[in-house]
Amino acid sequence: MRDVILDRIQFGLTASFHFIFPPLSLGVGLMLMIFGIQSVRTKDPKWRQLSMFWVRIYGLIFAMGVATGIVMEFEFGTNWSVYSRYVGNVFGSLLAAEGIFAFMLEGGFLGLMLFGSSRLGNKMWLFATSMVVIGAHFSATWIIMANSWMQTPRGYEITQGPNGPMAVMTNFSEVVFTPSFIPRLLHVIVASWMLGAAMVASVSAWYLLKQRHVEIAKTMMRVSLPIFCVLAVLQVSVFGAQQATVVAKEQPVKLASMEGLWETRDCAPLYLFGWVDTANETTSGVSIPCMLSILVGFTPDTEIQGLNAFPDDEYPNINLVFQVYHAMIDLGMLFVGVSALVAFMAWRRKLFTSKLVLRILVVNVGLVFAAIIAGWWTAEFGRQPWIVWDQLRTADAASPNLSMTTVAISLTGFVIVYSVLLVVFFWLLNQKIQAGPPDPPDAEKIESLPDSFGEIFARKPRASSRVG
Amino acid sequence: MWLNQLWFVLYVVIIAGYVILDGFDLGVGMLSPIIGRSDHDKRVLLNSIGPVWDGNEVWLVLGGGALFAAFPFVYASLFSGFYLALMAVLLVLIMRAVAIEFRSKRPSARWRSTWDWFFTISSAGIAFLLGVALGNILRGVPIDDQGNLTVDFFGLLSPYALLLGVASVLMLALHGGIYLTMKLSDELLERVERLVPRLMAAFFVVMTAVIVWTLFLPEDFAQNFRDRPWTAVFPAAAFVAVLVAWRSIAAGAHGRAFVASATMIGLLMASVAAALYPVMLPASNDAANSLTIYNAASEQATLTVMLVVAVVGMPFVLLYTAGVYYFFRGRVQLDEDSY
Repeated sequence: MRDVILDRIQFGLTASFHFIFPPLSLGVGLMLMIFGIQSVRTKDPKWRQLSMFWVRIYGLIFAMGVATGIVMEFEFGTNWSVYSRYVGNVFGSLLAAEGIFAFMLEGGFLGLMLFGSSRLGNKMWLFATSMVVIGAHFSATWIIMANSWMQTPRGYEITQGPNGPMAVMTNFSEVVFTPSFIPRLLHVIVASWMLGAAMVASVSAWYLLKQRHVEIAKTMMRVSLPIFCVLAVLQVSVFGAQQATVVAKEQPVKLASMEGLWETRDCAPLYLFGWVDTANETTSGVSIPCMLSILVGFTPDTEIQGLNAFPDDEYPNINLVFQVYHAMIDLGMLFVGVSALVAFMAWRRKLFTSKLVLRILVVNVGLVFAAIIAGWWTAEFGRQPWIVWDQLRTADAASPNLSMTTVAISLTGFVIVYSVLLVVFFWLLNQKIQAGPPDPPDAEKIESLPDSFGEIFARKPRASSRVG
Repeated sequence: MWLNQLWFVLYVVIIAGYVILDGFDLGVGMLSPIIGRSDHDKRVLLNSIGPVWDGNEVWLVLGGGALFAAFPFVYASLFSGFYLALMAVLLVLIMRAVAIEFRSKRPSARWRSTWDWFFTISSAGIAFLLGVALGNILRGVPIDDQGNLTVDFFGLLSPYALLLGVASVLMLALHGGIYLTMKLSDELLERVERLVPRLMAAFFVVMTAVIVWTLFLPEDFAQNFRDRPWTAVFPAAAFVAVLVAWRSIAAGAHGRAFVASATMIGLLMASVAAALYPVMLPASNDAANSLTIYNAASEQATLTVMLVVAVVGMPFVLLYTAGVYYFFRGRVQLDEDSY
């Protein structure tokens, strides 16, 4: 078998880069739905103004998401042909279902959402937006499902295929509802909503610092910050904590790596930060005694399996997993702190004037994103050396007919193109934020737009929606 | 086994759906520098596909997913075998998305014309590369007994495959041109109406060459049509569709011309499928190594689940796609939401 390191770097790079956009489309999508609902409920044009502002940013996020998502859809076949043949029966069907149920829905209604703000009434625009946002959530559901099958495979048997062993589906609902699926799905969706709320809060905090669009910025703050604060607390206490129980049961060696736990023991500590010395099989750092045991089994007596209970050819890169995992949980706790600060300042009525808090909120979105990526890396680095947990090793799964040179060429191409894309994305994003919300739409004009299926399909929409 | 056959048909439908829908986006991109002379012209052209191109591209993602699920061995062999060519396709797809998003962000003429060229080159590039890929599938590729392709990037650039690339570019330019006759008005409409018959003539000539050459390929496709004479209906009807498109353009019936053009593309894809069936990827070295709808498919359990997914999902997809196209029907008017 050839060295697969370049394939791994390429897949990791393209997946991580793609992963900037889907959580944003979930989170910003949730915000857009709230703006849309408020528009319908109150008819206040400021909500429509907010929708029109954020929908442009959403369009940019979506375009980037599609362009980088197509790469993912093809990359299993290009670089991991052995894997593709091995799992096609199971994993492939989840990707295809994502395409039909979710992605088509998003793509189909996206045009209405982006180009409908001057042609659709409030209710119909909310309908189009809801379809896109629901599609984005379906999409996340199927993808997390597929990835969870790689982590905790169920509902299959290994048979002899035409080119070696392969997994064959025996029970679809077991394939769908693997033990890790629902907990991971909730964890990712809540994280994405936090990202969306933090993004809206960041833009409004920046406007308040610059004293621009002040009123609308306060409105954005009032919508986004309560969501962020509540979710930040729930994420740490419920949805994140729930992961420990599942990982301990299904992937104990991964949990041991995440915490750098070498010896099997009860009262296992939870590190805040530290360093794993794999050569001497020790872990040092600052830890909370017994906390890991409590997280996993709700009592300090819970026994946690250490790394020594497993053969070392089943270890991931332990220190790497440890570090990215701790980056995530430390940031998670920081967000609880930010939430407490925000709540305190709001109670003291200083939220909109405190430069310090506003500055924190501006950079907060970057930290939320860092936490999301760190969490994803924990899941994926922690899965190594397996590509399908306990069944197929990553090292055996790559396309045998590719040379290192070929992969090096494509990897170089991705590094160049994605660097350009990243600059492009931030430049355009910045431009849209700098431009600020559009002028509030004329209430009379909104009233004249078609706002039911009957009106859309009965009369010529163009005549009524022409804009000068 | 009927599931394998049905999935082959569904797969051809998805691919045809992509080529028909994103095909006119690509055509518009290719024709943009020919028809559009001013910045305003080019914006009108870009906005003729503005609300739909993203949704159309999603069909390609569906194509990737459906191939993975139904025929994972084709997915694995084809994509790893055409590695660098496929990477080039991904590159031009990204380039097109960026060009569309980018061009109207700054008023500078040089900025805009640079991105317009990116838009045109990437659109033509996608059409060309997909045509070349199809050419290689028809011509057959060396496949070893493990299902791995043993062909390098330059091995894919045979004259036959390159000709198919050219045919693909012309076909989609024509399709895009016919789409534009429904979307443009005034002087722009006149320009595209003058251009379409010329594109049609060029496509006709190249397509004839492709068909003749195909009959001389080592794989005996004519034999498949002789064995299943009814499948000759596809190429014959495609020929009729071209004539209908031709007459409709001359008569100014733009909607009918577009339907005819879309039908023609669908029928050409069906003809290719009929010529290959039941082979999906012919092995040029040893016919026993060819990937077929039987030896390259998922097991019956997976195909059954996938069929349920498709039967539940696809009607909705078609319904709302039709609804969205209905909403955006009519000729382009630039407004505040335009690119």
